[in-house]
Parts: sequence; structure tokens; C-alpha cells
Amino acid sequence: MTTLQELADRLRREIGTAAVITDPVRLRTYECDGLTYHRATPGVVVLPETAEQVAAVVRACAEYGVPFVARGAGTGLSGGALPRTDGVLIVTSRMRRILEVDLPNRRAVVEPGVTNLAITEAVRDQGYYYAPDPSSQQVCSIGGNVAENSGGAHCLKYGFTVNHVEALEIVTPGGDIVTLDARDPGYDLLGAFVGSEGTLGVTTKITVRLTRAPETVTTLLAAFHGIEAGGVAVSEIIGAGILPAAIEMMDALAIEAAEAAVGCGYPEGAAAVLIVELDGPVAEVRHQFTEVTRICEQSGAFELRTADDPAERAAIWRGRKSAFAAVGRISPAYIVQDGVVPRTALPQVLAGIDRLSREHGIRVANVFHAGDGNLHPLVLFDDAEPGAGERAELVSGHILDLCIEHGGSITGEHGVGVDKSRYMTRMFSDDDLDTMQLVRCAFDPRGLSNPGKIFPTPRLCGEVPGVRKGVHPLVAAGEAEHF
Amino acid sequence: MDDTALDALERTGVTIREAGPDDDAAGIRPGRVALPESTGEVAALMRVSAEHDLAVVPVGGGTKLHWGRPPERCDLLIDTCCLSEVVEHAAGDLVVRVQAGVTMEALARMLAAKGQELALDVPFDGATVGGTLATATAGPRRLRYGTARDLLIGITVVLADGTIARSGGKVVKNVAGYDLGKLFTGSYGTLGVITEATFRLHPLAANRRWVTFSLPGSPAGLRDLQTLAGALAAAQSEPSAIELDWPDVQGPLTVSALVEGTACADRAAAVQELIGRDCAVSGEAPGWWGRPVGEEVLLELRVPPAAAGRSLLAVREAAGDGGVAVRGALGSGVFGISSRTRLDAFVPAVRQGLDGRLVVLSAAGEPVADPWGETGAIVLMRSVKERFDPDRRMCPGRFVGGI
Repeated sequence: MTTLQELADRLRREIGTAAVITDPVRLRTYECDGLTYHRATPGVVVLPETAEQVAAVVRACAEYGVPFVARGAGTGLSGGALPRTDGVLIVTSRMRRILEVDLPNRRAVVEPGVTNLAITEAVRDQGYYYAPDPSSQQVCSIGGNVAENSGGAHCLKYGFTVNHVEALEIVTPGGDIVTLDARDPGYDLLGAFVGSEGTLGVTTKITVRLTRAPETVTTLLAAFHGIEAGGVAVSEIIGAGILPAAIEMMDALAIEAAEAAVGCGYPEGAAAVLIVELDGPVAEVRHQFTEVTRICEQSGAFELRTADDPAERAAIWRGRKSAFAAVGRISPAYIVQDGVVPRTALPQVLAGIDRLSREHGIRVANVFHAGDGNLHPLVLFDDAEPGAGERAELVSGHILDLCIEHGGSITGEHGVGVDKSRYMTRMFSDDDLDTMQLVRCAFDPRGLSNPGKIFPTPRLCGEVPGVRKGVHPLVAAGEAEHF
Repeated sequence: MDDTALDALERTGVTIREAGPDDDAAGIRPGRVALPESTGEVAALMRVSAEHDLAVVPVGGGTKLHWGRPPERCDLLIDTCCLSEVVEHAAGDLVVRVQAGVTMEALARMLAAKGQELALDVPFDGATVGGTLATATAGPRRLRYGTARDLLIGITVVLADGTIARSGGKVVKNVAGYDLGKLFTGSYGTLGVITEATFRLHPLAANRRWVTFSLPGSPAGLRDLQTLAGALAAAQSEPSAIELDWPDVQGPLTVSALVEGTACADRAAAVQELIGRDCAVSGEAPGWWGRPVGEEVLLELRVPPAAAGRSLLAVREAAGDGGVAVRGALGSGVFGISSRTRLDAFVPAVRQGLDGRLVVLSAAGEPVADPWGETGAIVLMRSVKERFDPDRRMCPGRFVGGI
């Protein structure tokens, strides 16, 4: 019997037959996350219902020396939940209870499989919501949000998952159930854990902060004849001391795609649209609205639309929120990037992307969180055309290089996962990465928790620092795959 | 410190001086004081320290050097006062990159000239960026803007072995790699030396109003306090801070809420209506606003906001007539406490049945059995310490669990 078969038997005894999947056909369901071009059929899938069951699975993995990967809804865009063929995939979809809503303390305690939007839905009637709002919020799980430190359109004003989590219950890679609480004295392990992409353990319970709904929300759509003019408007708005809840921008190609997909009805002839959302006390928003309108007009907006109620607001957002899926209408295949640049570098970087696009004959649609410089270039290609995928990949990589050159980051909210680990060395030195590895070794000395993600070629824990050359000896000896 | 270690320190070219009484770290006189002027110089000092097994304590303005347990040993005090450069202020990006020794006041002045601020109220005059981060101190507006860890977007540190490491960057939105900034924020110098930090900034508010009222410090008054605190925190007029000042827990207390923005007059009126009792509305902060409640003796109480009222009542009961004062963020449930009473009785009495944590930051030399109190993940914290500082040379023994 192989190690995995033995382990699967052990897991059936520990958490029940119905919670352990080894049937090859059913395993295939879990072979990828939202980044579908990386695929691996997991060795075993488990569907635990409690933290104790997760701990039992992790302890068993530790005993057998088998790697494990946690997965929420599988909507991640960087392959962070890509399974291991030689490992166990821990799927949290059965852990979806909202355990407590505590409005006096403005918090809720939830299990990791609860969807992001379900939290808001549970408290909306009482005038609260959960602020981070990734585009996939209807389906993505809060456990996945914690792993990826997910953002969303409104994180310009409200911050990311890490700013909205007060405590976590985790199962450590050694199989212990531990609470990380922001109120506890000591190191901010909570802050280090959020965004660690499943490499430091598995989240089993999350205490999220709830935010009071703003008194009013106003959404503006401004159409421009050129993307540069839109960029100027963004800079002017921020320069005027206004912090909108969101500032989003789409270019002509992205508008074309959204129009084809959902008929969003954006102004005809728009080469760029800007969506600005203002929220807060009525008196404050009224003032800001006047300012933003003036700035957009002065920057050359040829049409302005305003939404004050949820239906109108949804109409404005429809195009933006559908943009990723919509490019499927105008291109057989595409790569989504997630680079970030300082806001003031946006014009140069957009010009650079345009140049790359023309040089390589690869179309790029731009959809981005303009307020915080987070770009989502959609690199379009025809996967039936020989060499097109490679060219798209090349353009994609060059875009990340552009972001790094301008002092930015390779990922703003999608995470590094398997997809961008090879770019980490362009952004960080070996010393930086080795130091991050110290954190990894403190939590997971054997490297069993989601190995092969984030870090390109991490050292083994306990290995003496030095110059790394060539293939790791364990890899060369066929004893390990991914060090 | 032996001569070879001293020689090696001198050979780094960094200014080294003898220590005086002002350099004492919680009563421990350092062997020497070093005054590095760059991250590279800090690294050189740390390499020498590693080679010669020197215990190191980093210090900025020295305003909190007496916090925590005394270090088990202190051979070298690394004074970051000469790391005093604002490296880059990208005003258009609302980002600033500074060296650790820049004082928070100097930084605030520089940013205010451009209409911006780091929205982190610092209670201690002369505190530096590095010291503020290392102790994770924050002030009233934590309710709206969070604390240092929420505003920090990039950090440079020097580890115990002299390795220079960076994480984050100079963009607000960035999830590449582990966030070492969060790990080092509030680590009390036990993991390494913070030498540089990058923060996200906010535009300076056009206007501010403080709405202030008083309540009796009785059980009934504390119940009213809890109700009003809850209403204010949920108010759609969005106060940036809701602060309590209770100079003697046997007497009355004062609450002040801050609203910031262009329309803050309207919003202050809304806050006043919500409070529904006599309020003073002013464009000036109350004198106590954002000031530490004590320096010699200072404790920090952290409770869920809805447990503030009953926790404060427990403080009052434990205090007797021992001159206990409380001040802090009512909306967030984080309070400073100063006391003239004996801490060995007061601290366990408050911790008894507390839904939260009580930490003794400074005890004016009075030995306290367990200043940091309980914490949840001490095994993992020890493991982190072991990886970053295996020889226990960074502020040994100062922090939680004897880390």
C-alpha cells in the first residue's frame, strides 16, 4: 500500500468515510483554482466539518510527512490552492457556519467556508457590512480571503482583509489548534499569518470586524476621450484631499468587452471610463461630489452620470464587475495580471503597456483600481494560434517588470501562489526571501503546509545561509520536488 | 565588554561612546552606545555583535526604553538618533519613506507643510518612527485609521546576524511575500533593529471639531458611558476618535469625540444630538487629548469595546483610593492606566475575570510578577524568536513570556 493510501485509510477512521475522497473522477473536480492553466489532481481530498477534524488531518499528514493544501471556494487567481498530487487537499466548504454576530463589538465569528458576501448579508439589515469586497465576493470564502489578504474595489479607503480581522483560530502545520488574537500581547502573528497564502497553517475560525454602513453612497461615472485624461482626474481628486471609497478605471478595449458581454451602456465613444464612489456622512459626500464633478469636467470628461440608489449604482458597476469574464467575448483566452505601481507612475506604465502590446502583437485590455495603482491588465490571446500563449506570457512578465521598475509590486491582491513565485526574486533580494523563510520555518519547519507557493526556491529550515547555486541536492537525488 | 569586542566595534567606523544614566534600559546600564548613520552601519554593528556575543538593545527617542522587563543583559545600545533622514516623500502617492530615527514630530511638521499627515497620534514627545513601530504605540484616531501596523507599507530591518531584510514596498496595495512589517511592529526590539519604514499617508483634515461631555464615574455613570460609546461608535457622522479621560477613578469622567472633514460642523452637531446632554463643541482638542495618562507607571488595558464599561468598573473597584487614572480609546477598547497603588495587588485584581488583557508597560522599578500577562500563541512566538535570534541577543528577556 502506498503512503497516500495508508494515509487515506487513517483519515477515513479519523473523520469518517464520507469526508475523504480518493475516487479519481471526483478528485479531478479539485485539480485547479481560479487560475485554470495550472492543474494537478490532488492525492486525497478531505472535507472536514470542524477545527478538530482539520487538526486530525494535519496531524496525520505531519506523521506521514505528506504535504497538505487548504482550499476554500477555489476562486483564487494565482494558483494558491493548486493541489499536490502527492498530498492532501483540505477543502473547507463544509465549514460554513456564521457562529456569532456581535454588533455591540462590531464583529462576527465565522467558519472559513462562509462566503465573503454572506457575512454582509447577515448584518446588512442592522446597518453593518463586511468591508473588503473582492470581485468574487458572492462565491469566494472568507478563509481564502484570509490566506490571500484579499482586497477589492473599496480597499482604497477601507483597507484589506488584514485590517478587518481581529482574531483567527488556526491549525498549525504541527496540528495544534492555536488562537491568534489582535488583543493579545506579543508578536503580531495575526498580521503575519493573514496573506501567507496557506503556507503557515490552516484557518478554522475567523473573527471579522464589521463596518457601519455609511450614511450615504454616491457613485459617479465619467467618460473620457483618452485614458490620460482619466489619469489626470484621478491624480487631481487625490491631490484635492479626497479619499473616495473606490476609483476604478477601464480602457476602450475593456469597455468594448463589457459592452459585448453585459450591455453595460457606458457612454458611446468613451476611450476610458472612471468610476468614483464616495461614501460617508451626507454633508461630507455632498461637498466631495461637487469637487469630484468639477475635477472630472476640468480634466475633459465629456459625459458624467450619477447614481444615488442601489439600482443605478449596480448599473454603473455592472460593466466593471463583469470585465474579467467579459473579455472572454472578445478573446478566446487571456491572462489576468495584478501588478501595482505608485499612482503617479500610472501614465508612464500605461504607455509602457501599450508599447509592449504593439511590439508583440498582443492586445491588452486595462481594468484597474486607479486610486491605489493596482492594475489588472488582461492580456488577450488565441490559444489556437501557435506561439500566441508564449507571447502573451512574455508580455505579462514584461508588465510585471514595468511595475517593479516603477517601484511597485508584482501582486496587489491576487497573491503570488505558483503563478508569480518566479518573479519574487525580481522584487526581493535573497536576504529578504531568506528572512521571510525564517517565519515559515518557525511555523512549519518541515515545509508541509502548501509547499511550492510564494517562494521560488526556499532553503530547508536549518540549512546554513549561503550562495545558492543550481538544483537543490535533495531535488537532484530525487528525494524532494520543490525546495 | 572585552577589549577585542570593543576594538571590533571601533573598527566598524561607527561612533561609539560610553554609556551614561540616560542610556539605562529599564535600569540596566549598557556596555557601550553606538550611533550608526545608515542601515549598513547598523548591519556592521550587528555582525560584530554576533561575532562577540553582544546583547543589543535598539533605542530611538528613549521615551519607552524603560518599558517591559529589564533586558537580561545589554552590551550595546544602538541609538538610531542619527538615522534621521526623510528618504522620500511621494506626495502624489501619499507615501513617505523615512529612516527609523526621524522623530514623529519632525515627520508631522514636514508632512503638514504639504497638507498631509501620518494618521498615527503619538502620545510621547520625542518618540521616533522606529520606537513607535517597535512598541506599536498609537493614539486616539486608531478607531478610524487603525494603528501603526495598518499604516506601515514597507520596512527595512537588520537581523541579529547583520542580515539586512526588506518587505513590503512603497505601494499601498501589495501582497507579495510575508509582511515582516507586521511582525516587527510591536516586537520591542526582540527580533532585530528597524532602520527604515514606509507609510501610507492621509490628506490633513480640512477641519476638526471635538465634542466633549462629562459623566459621573459611578456604576450608573459607567453604564451610561457604555451606551453612549456604543452609539458614538456606530454613528454615521463617523467620529475619528472617541476618547475617555478619567483622572481619578473615584471622580467624574470626561468623554470627547473627534470629527474631521470639510463638513465637520454639521457632523459635530449630529454627534451632539446623539449624546443628548450638555456638550462643549470646540475646534481645539481638550488638554489631555492624546497625552499619556502616566509615564513612570503605565499599564494598558485592552477589552472588546462593549466590555469597556464593566472593565472600567472593575478597575475602579480594584483601585481603592490609590490614585488610579484611566485615559484612552473608548471606541476601540484600549486604555492607558496609571496608578500610585501597589501593582502586585492591583494587577491581579483587574485581571480577575477580565474579558481582555492587562499589560504592565512600565512599573517605575517596582517588580511585577507577570507584566505581560497571558497570551494565546506563546509557543509560536517563541519559535519565531528562536528563528530570528537563536542566540538570544536582541533585548533578551524583555518581552512576553521572557522572549
